[in-house]
Amino acid sequence: MRDLAVEQMPARRDAAAAATGAGTGVSAQALVGLQKDMLRFAQMQLRNRETAEDMVQEAIEASLRNAKSFAGNSSLRTWVFAILRNRIVDHLRQAGRTVPMSSLVEDGEDWQERLESIFNERGGWRDCARPTAWPDPEESMQNKQFWAVFEACLDHLPANTGRVFMMREFLGLEAAEICAQLAISTTNCHVILHRARLKLRACLGNGWAHLGDATC
Amino acid sequence: MLNCKEVTELCSQELERPLGLGERMSLGAHLMMCTGCTNFRKQMTSLRLVARTYAEGGAGLPPPGDASSN
Repeated sequence: MRDLAVEQMPARRDAAAAATGAGTGVSAQALVGLQKDMLRFAQMQLRNRETAEDMVQEAIEASLRNAKSFAGNSSLRTWVFAILRNRIVDHLRQAGRTVPMSSLVEDGEDWQERLESIFNERGGWRDCARPTAWPDPEESMQNKQFWAVFEACLDHLPANTGRVFMMREFLGLEAAEICAQLAISTTNCHVILHRARLKLRACLGNGWAHLGDATC
Repeated sequence: MLNCKEVTELCSQELERPLGLGERMSLGAHLMMCTGCTNFRKQMTSLRLVARTYAEGGAGLPPPGDASSN
């Protein structure tokens, strides 16, 4: 993975180090440690390496610039990820209307049938697909393997479906804004989110500590 | 009477909008009798928690006192 941002900006790093001063906890070194995860997070949503790198770089620069406002109440990681999310939201808001979402419907068509095979013809759960209880998520989230599965499942979502899901759940945008930005109807938005969740839960079920619902 | 598929739609939509009274009643009536959908609804809550945690950088799992946390 190509390193970017801080490591390529020694001058900025020095300036920032001088600006942050001791004790803020926001150091270029600490941010470099987060860079890889930030990039993965941004890339997943933007599906574009360059844009993702830009967002991460901007977020890191903003973190250094605003180091004084880091209160230390949350972890540095949480704080920096919040800045990164804001950058991504800004970017999507600016770019939103220019990105064609016409393929959204097609996105769902081919896998919709497979998704719906978990229900019988009367709309009830097929025995093999009936949801069973998941273990305590707080506990699962302590497990690195769990996150690897989660990321793999996100990756398996069709691109546009994943994009809508991440706008909603990662960036916390309201469904109304997502619909407006992507120029899709509210109903369509709900359908897409429902499918994304069905798919994710099936995928997680299969990988989440064997709790999985069997696939039919 | 809602079937399970329709119930999963409502369980998803209640994460986006407040359900109407009729919807809540239909949902409640179904959930009382259906463990599959009850589990599904809990899974939706877990999924949201997991996604939010991930978006906060949670996958990096900085343990308390980790060098990168403060």
